[in-house]
Amino acid sequence: MSILSKYETVIGLEVHVELKTKTKIFCGCPVEFGAPPNTNTCPVCLGHPGALPVLNRQAVEYAMKAAMALNCEIAEWCKFVRKNYFYPDLPKAYQISQYDQPIGRNGWIDIEVNGVKKRIGITRLHLEEDAGKLIHIEGGSGSLVDFNRGGTPLIEIVSEPDLRSPEEARAYLEKLRAIMEYCGVSDVKMEEGSLRCDANISLRPVGQKEFGVKTELKNMNSFRAVQRGLEYEQLRQAEILDAGGRVVQETRRWDEAQGRTVGMRGKEEAHDYRYFPDPDLVPIHLDPEWQARVRASIPELPDARRERYMSQYGLSAYDAGVLTSSVRLADLFEESLRYTSDAKAAANWLMVELLGYLNAGNLEIQDTKLTGKGLGEMIGLIESGKISTKIAKTVFKAMLETGNAPAQIVEEQGLVQISDESAILAVVDAVIAAHPQVVDDYRGGKEKALGFLVGQVMKETKGKANPALVNKLLVERLKS
Amino acid sequence: MDITVRDVEHVALLARLELSDREKELFAGQLGAILRYIEKLNELDTDGVEPTSHVLPISNVMRDDEPRPSWPLDKVLENAPDKEDGQFKVPAVLE
Repeated sequence: MSILSKYETVIGLEVHVELKTKTKIFCGCPVEFGAPPNTNTCPVCLGHPGALPVLNRQAVEYAMKAAMALNCEIAEWCKFVRKNYFYPDLPKAYQISQYDQPIGRNGWIDIEVNGVKKRIGITRLHLEEDAGKLIHIEGGSGSLVDFNRGGTPLIEIVSEPDLRSPEEARAYLEKLRAIMEYCGVSDVKMEEGSLRCDANISLRPVGQKEFGVKTELKNMNSFRAVQRGLEYEQLRQAEILDAGGRVVQETRRWDEAQGRTVGMRGKEEAHDYRYFPDPDLVPIHLDPEWQARVRASIPELPDARRERYMSQYGLSAYDAGVLTSSVRLADLFEESLRYTSDAKAAANWLMVELLGYLNAGNLEIQDTKLTGKGLGEMIGLIESGKISTKIAKTVFKAMLETGNAPAQIVEEQGLVQISDESAILAVVDAVIAAHPQVVDDYRGGKEKALGFLVGQVMKETKGKANPALVNKLLVERLKS
Repeated sequence: MDITVRDVEHVALLARLELSDREKELFAGQLGAILRYIEKLNELDTDGVEPTSHVLPISNVMRDDEPRPSWPLDKVLENAPDKEDGQFKVPAVLE
């Protein structure tokens, strides 16, 4: 770390988010992940001569909604331009994009790293079309192009160079993802490419005002990869600078398998995209009434929801942050509170048992059958003493897998807690009789011995005895 | 405005055109003449005129987000010079 402490890292992110429309931005071809190659294409998205684009209203609304959720100023008038370049995944040899009149400008989001809050500026948000997908044939005999993705509506979100560490970059990206998910404008799945991130990173000696020479990082396909890629690049640049060398301005690719960044063969020609207004598309007027309608459709966003969980339910900042990091998780939590008033219990079950289960199986919430109702009812069963917390873990897992109501699971698996004193007493007496040495230890002042005896009773009752009752009855018996 | 041979070479490279030296000279002259002609427009006083990106006085031509049938794959690939596995085959692109 010592080498890094001499430099300040400056990072800006360029994030592409695929919008969740049913059809492409300029034609009626369906947008779907995983369709057979080129089956969702037509003359418009294949760039056939004479085919004309017609703008998808929903794409404009989603872009506007996203820009508003990121606190951008919304342009009342905007237009589309052609960005010209040759690449086989771009059949028209230009991408329809926005340049001097993006939908949104001058936005911001707040992030938090190690308890420190920071506001990150958003330079611009614009709407554009996605390119097709290129697959390289092994052995280099050619490349294959699938244009299904071509024409999918994308928003490009460019941050200010306000990020000062890879952790901040990751926090920014996660917050951005959450906001887009809350707004319902995108699936934001990095593994499916509906959220993609490029980064600009440079280092400058601490105290220097001017930015250092930056490199652009591509191909980081997960949140972890973004952080790791930036960490690698940060150290690489620091070592070059520290040895008196100069960083070369270039595009570098993150190689996940090798854990390093590799320079991409640079294009000799500096980018010269020759932007000009697309004559096939007329200007868009985002009139105040339309803007107001879209603004009204923005739901409560993660930061607001987090604050509310802290004030309304008394959750810690950390817990509230975890629960609101995904809208599905937050919705489950709130749904459960219609069936239980114990918010802390609901939060714990979700954060420990649910997230643990998801992590272990590399699953997502929608892969489970858990409902908020089920969780709320299960907490009710614990409160009423019908099941113990230990048994509840079994019930919870069954709910994740079957979606059955907790009462039904308890019934079917015979998990009802034994709260009948006489039934427990019989087991308590048997355990005391079977372990005279331990009983003597306890009576001789060895408090810990009690735990062993409680464990034995629980074992005998297959975990179904009410633990509080077991404790109470054991102590009574041992003292008599 | 004069267009040099270097300008022509730059534009030709962007357009992936291969031009002979004679063509470069020829086009430099022709492009320069076109630009000089267009420059006449600069004689107009456009102060106070809102820049426009489109000649038609209309905006917001949009459609609903309703799927329409795509093309059948054989038609999609009909004009492809080369194809493989339902995809367009192009010369190897290396990153």
